[in-house]
Amino acid sequence: MDTVLTLQAVSKQYPGHRAVDNVTLEIARGEFFSLLGPSGCGKTTALRMIAGFEEPTSGDVFLGGERINGKRPYERNVSTVFQSYALFPHLTVRGNIEFGLRHKGKRFAGETGPRIRAALEMVHLEDKENRRPAELSGGERQRVALARSLVLEPEVLLLDEPLSALDPKLRKQVRLELKSLQRRVGITFLFITHDQEEALTLSDRMAVMNRGAVEQVGTPEQIYLKPRSRFVASFLGGMNWIDTGGLRPEVTHLAAEPPGDGVRSFPATVVHSVFLGNCLQVQVRLAGGETMTAETSRRDAAFHNGDAVHAWWRAEDELHFEAEARK
Amino acid sequence: MNRLRNAFLAPAWMVFALLFFAPLAVIAAYSLLTRGTYGGVSAPASLESWARLADPLYLVILLRSFALAGVATAICLLLGFPLALFIARAGARRNLYLQLVIVPFWTSFLVRTYAWMFLLRETGLVNSALIALGLIREPLPLLYNNGAVILGLVYGYLPFMVLPLYATLERMDRALLEAAADLGARPWSALWRVVIPLTAPGIRAGSVLVFIPCLGAYLTPDLMGGGKTIMIGNLVQNQFTTARDWPFGSALSLALMVIVMVLLMALVRRGGEEGML
Repeated sequence: MDTVLTLQAVSKQYPGHRAVDNVTLEIARGEFFSLLGPSGCGKTTALRMIAGFEEPTSGDVFLGGERINGKRPYERNVSTVFQSYALFPHLTVRGNIEFGLRHKGKRFAGETGPRIRAALEMVHLEDKENRRPAELSGGERQRVALARSLVLEPEVLLLDEPLSALDPKLRKQVRLELKSLQRRVGITFLFITHDQEEALTLSDRMAVMNRGAVEQVGTPEQIYLKPRSRFVASFLGGMNWIDTGGLRPEVTHLAAEPPGDGVRSFPATVVHSVFLGNCLQVQVRLAGGETMTAETSRRDAAFHNGDAVHAWWRAEDELHFEAEARK
Repeated sequence: MNRLRNAFLAPAWMVFALLFFAPLAVIAAYSLLTRGTYGGVSAPASLESWARLADPLYLVILLRSFALAGVATAICLLLGFPLALFIARAGARRNLYLQLVIVPFWTSFLVRTYAWMFLLRETGLVNSALIALGLIREPLPLLYNNGAVILGLVYGYLPFMVLPLYATLERMDRALLEAAADLGARPWSALWRVVIPLTAPGIRAGSVLVFIPCLGAYLTPDLMGGGKTIMIGNLVQNQFTTARDWPFGSALSLALMVIVMVLLMALVRRGGEEGML
């Protein structure tokens, strides 16, 4: 793996609060890597230590093989897309893009004009170059923030929840554009999000963080299908907790008749069912009182409240975790 | 609805009319009359007071006033900007610091000016201390010159610079500074290209609030300039007191007002073009 960015046992201690706890990560050149976790898990602090806005209390940060601890943000060949975008309100779109080229992008001196034009074309804002940020829509501002950073060709582009300020409908569309943009430019993206769907759909690899520590690193498939901890399992998608482990709702099945041998099956009663469009989400209560959720195809038999059913699943679909306290 | 609005607006309009426009009209009328023997004004109407404004003697005083007020404003800006930036970033303590900036207003400006004179005069605290320390033999001329007037003006009007600057700096999104650093701007560069442009409305407001009262100041130049440094405010004052030439004093103050208004309008127009102020 051609590693571009390494965090080596990085911790950040605030008075009375350990924001980042012994995080080690290696990010490959050109990959789309997500840091996923709930708010307060330390993902933003981790990003800020890479950008240079915060210094680690201990541990090292390496960029392109060089230790960058103690370097100021303007000395690091990374760039950040801020959650609020932080566009300069007194500058035009063009002025915002030019800003970095005058400073961090000095090596591009002499080709500033063509570079700005290429950046504007890349984010489809050619006709808006003389607008001020206040005259742009949320999606356009986000694209200016991207262009302003990408034009510098940073070794790593840091994105701090860049989609969270957009309305949900736009968010999905921009997500696709972001992914194809990353493929086109080939720059390493380090993407911070608390939205598991974003992380799953965008990432080549991702890390799940909880309470300042990395719980698991892997591809979206590995993390969704083989979560290493209960936290990871429940943070990414729904989960039924059973004595032997965990079970995803989509592999929890319901049947009116007892299913055949070779599967685990329990009698249950339908408590509630919700039509979700692409599937039917049915909540059942087992004889012991535990509730489970099953997602069934809408072509399956309809389930009504109070119906006696059998909840069943295949043993190999169960997720098992090393002994740890249930969270 | 309209009647209700007018009912609430009426008192303010009346105060304006009585306390602002009426005295102004009186002054305008005075400026067009002849001086009375013992002050006051008398007939006949005359343009003589206005004609006298062209006298180079008064032009020099006007220019000196502009220069002193300009220098004082510039010094206030240079001192006030770092202070306002510091207060805006002081977190929980910012209210304490703002109070400290305002504390001088709790006592009379006159008293505070005398305090400065006490400090700066030949036998004052500063000179005595320097002599006692053996740093100088003869007292330094700290009082009764242009420098003392500028010092007094800066001291008196610095809070008027700090407060509007603080207001704009405090509103500025900190993420913009991080963005500037992230895009490669060193601190000085970020200051010139981001902080100063974004606080331009505060800089303009503070400069106006300092420059205009400085231009018309009479107490500070009178006491700390020791009568040597005459500013236009002193000239106006003299016309109404020792010179007993009310028409000329009226013409002078109206002329000063017109100049200030023209300057303000130019500034407001510029601010409007930039979409600020």
